[in-house]
Amino acid sequence: MHLVSRRTFLETSAAVGGGLLLGFTLPPLAPLQQNGPFVPNAFVRIDRDGRVTLIMHKVEMGQGTYTSMPMLLAEELEVDLSQVQLEHAPPDDARYAEPLFGVQETGGSTSVRGNWEPLRRAGATARSLLVAAAAQTWKVDPGSCHAAEGQVIHGPTGRSLNYGALVATAAALPLPRHVTLKDPKDFKLIGTPAKRLDAPDKVNGTAQYGIDVKVPGMKVATVAACPVFGGKVASVNDAKAKGIKGVQQVVRLDDAVAVVADHMWAAKQGLAALDIRWDEGPNAKLSTADIVQQLAAASEKAGVVARNEGDASKALAGAVRKVEAVYEVPFLAHATMEPVNCTVHVRPDGCDIWVGTQVPTFTQTAAAKLTGLPRDKVRVHNHLLGGGFGRRLEVDFVIRAVQIARQVASPVKVVWTREEDIQHDMYRPYYYDRIAAGLDEHGMPIAWTHRIAGSSIMDRVINQLFPKTLRVMRAAGLHQLVAMVKGLDVDAVEGAAEPPYTLPNIRVEYVRQEPPGVPTAFWRGVGPTHNIFVVESFMDELAAAARRDPVAYRLALLGGARAGGAAGRLGSAAAGGARARRLVTARLRELHRPGRRGVGVAGGRRARPPRGVRGGLRHHREPGHGEGADGERHHLRDHGRPVRRDHDQGRPRRAVQLQQLPDAAHQRGSRHRRASGQERRGAGRDRRAGHVGRDARPRQRHLRGDRQADPQAARQGPTVDQRCLMNEPSCSSA
Amino acid sequence: MVTLRVNGKTHTVDVPPDMPLLWVLRDVIGLTGTKFGCGVALCGACTVHLDGRPIRSCVTPVAAVVGKTITTIEAVGEAPTGRKVQQAWLDLEVVQCGYCQSGQIMAAAALLATKPHPTDADIDAAMAGNICRCGTYPRIRAAIKQAALSKGA
Repeated sequence: MHLVSRRTFLETSAAVGGGLLLGFTLPPLAPLQQNGPFVPNAFVRIDRDGRVTLIMHKVEMGQGTYTSMPMLLAEELEVDLSQVQLEHAPPDDARYAEPLFGVQETGGSTSVRGNWEPLRRAGATARSLLVAAAAQTWKVDPGSCHAAEGQVIHGPTGRSLNYGALVATAAALPLPRHVTLKDPKDFKLIGTPAKRLDAPDKVNGTAQYGIDVKVPGMKVATVAACPVFGGKVASVNDAKAKGIKGVQQVVRLDDAVAVVADHMWAAKQGLAALDIRWDEGPNAKLSTADIVQQLAAASEKAGVVARNEGDASKALAGAVRKVEAVYEVPFLAHATMEPVNCTVHVRPDGCDIWVGTQVPTFTQTAAAKLTGLPRDKVRVHNHLLGGGFGRRLEVDFVIRAVQIARQVASPVKVVWTREEDIQHDMYRPYYYDRIAAGLDEHGMPIAWTHRIAGSSIMDRVINQLFPKTLRVMRAAGLHQLVAMVKGLDVDAVEGAAEPPYTLPNIRVEYVRQEPPGVPTAFWRGVGPTHNIFVVESFMDELAAAARRDPVAYRLALLGGARAGGAAGRLGSAAAGGARARRLVTARLRELHRPGRRGVGVAGGRRARPPRGVRGGLRHHREPGHGEGADGERHHLRDHGRPVRRDHDQGRPRRAVQLQQLPDAAHQRGSRHRRASGQERRGAGRDRRAGHVGRDARPRQRHLRGDRQADPQAARQGPTVDQRCLMNEPSCSSA
Repeated sequence: MVTLRVNGKTHTVDVPPDMPLLWVLRDVIGLTGTKFGCGVALCGACTVHLDGRPIRSCVTPVAAVVGKTITTIEAVGEAPTGRKVQQAWLDLEVVQCGYCQSGQIMAAAALLATKPHPTDADIDAAMAGNICRCGTYPRIRAAIKQAALSKGA
């Protein structure tokens, strides 16, 4: 992939008038100036030398958008992927807003869903203009011409013209009112295992992440924020730090201190040499135990109803047997491989920001607010992300970098140490789940109550998005809108409100409980990462209580026509789909051989693909490690029509034995049964939340906490055979 | 002043002797393909070759590498083994976010230089210190095996 710099692009577009890039929903363009490129919409630019540039409004963080988005465009534009170069889009909600959310963002698994049609339309519009230009040049009927591989060809005569030669004519044509998209059976690119466009630069060291930015005159800074959330700097003695060779400046902020230096080493040395006294503020005495206690208390209160069918309380009271459990999942840091960083140059007349971000317009707005500059004077140069997972949906680190840069004369790259990155992450919430089921005489559930207590990310984000919130809510649907107004965090209950099982009396509630001072944020798919773990774990507990095989137990609960049906009211999180459930059930019956050890089953459903891309259930088998088929994974999932088919999907791998390495430690939840009164007191659990020294390790132990701390869980070890039903791809959801 | 031999070129840099090689490469010489991940040799993103052996540049003082040959991701493809590894990485589409992959490739190339046909245990031992947050481990393993089988590039 060749990513051209924004600088080049800005110069080019300035030459033809910066306002000429138009979104596909806007009216036709005025003709371009002479000698300019052909810019039919905000996503395509074709230069006179035939170079095709696709402007990427989504960002690449591993999930493959820098291949899938170009495939959508190139399919209709009729260019080969090898003919295109990519460019990061500037911040601009008017042109680049995610259709599903109304803001320019990459997250929430929206890229392909939201752009499936718009990007194809953008490509088709450009192609249609190029065909019209060729027809005009040859004075023939456009219907007798077609486009292929960057050329327009006149069928009857075989004449052809490269796109570059058509730029001037095409740029002068009015935009067509209507373009016809290809019939899916004619797709040449979509659905193929096209090679990732970002891969070559990532294997030879030339890929540019935010942290790799080099700007003339740039200094490097590293920062320490108050180790207690909400605390302030009381005093700083920087005499020793300033004596370190390479240290240029010490910047004091309200709640943080930064050292600016010639390079990161001097900055780190300088930071270590500072004598900082902190005023730890209102959370100085706060401990994890306090937070858990508050959550536990909140989980005793009635919450906002996410789902209520039948009479769960009555059914529970009348059950032959009652099983209760409390599950806790800890705060989780995103821990992106690329530590948080942001490079900023603040000048009286403008501000430049070089960063890898999932939210370019939020970045621009945050910098504009802080500097007092108009938004159009803040330029955001986006980069590849060394991991996002939601961390880079936040702008806290942009704000921090701008605060520092305002006091520095030169451009400054602010790089957080890994310790700072973990300690001042915005975490996936600590959730406290109180769950109970009533079983009948056969051990099957006739009542299910689940109350989730935790912080509300949606509330914070919706306030941040306002007034765009209305568009988000409209996209989400009326039922979600009503739910949100009532105080339901639809994200917090996603995966819990719509378990795929037949549960005749079910009540799911949410209780908002904010941990004092601790910032929480989206972390992958927030609801499902927590809720499916809880629901499926509890399902295992029920099967154990009923002395039934856990797969057979689930199979018995997958048959009912109404299972999950009402969850359709929760909009995109719907888990209906009787047909899909029938297919899953049938396949699971085939796969299940009772008596085998270490079987894990989990199922859930996330976003619904748009019309035209619903695909049907697919079965993927990943070979395992060890004897027989142990360790193999089966994924039964409907992820819609794949835009880019993975290179090894659908054909057997060579007989390479793949040892299963543990996934990054995502799911380290814990659970304790109230019945046994078992209390876990893990290593680090008594540490004061948000009050950890600069050593990363105690904090990490605190954050993950819990699986290792639970001797029972440790003995059980990880499940070796995981069968995921209808699961999202394991890694790259955005 | 410290004189270093990096990717076949000599660089004389004015840095303190205890400065980790990582920051000399990234912030002074300008070779940003080598990544900062943790700064304490826990993630492997900063792996480079010192006389062909993999080292964690984030904890290697620059004074310790004077007079030795340093190879980074930018030049690993100049040797046949490195080139094979890079090609296998492309053939099997190993990368996702890619941030750890410089270190993964350096570790894999060093492994294959000493063990052209590594067993699973060899791969585990050589790659255990390289973390991938996207979870590309199965493909890393397969790519190492493919590189081992390929007949040079």
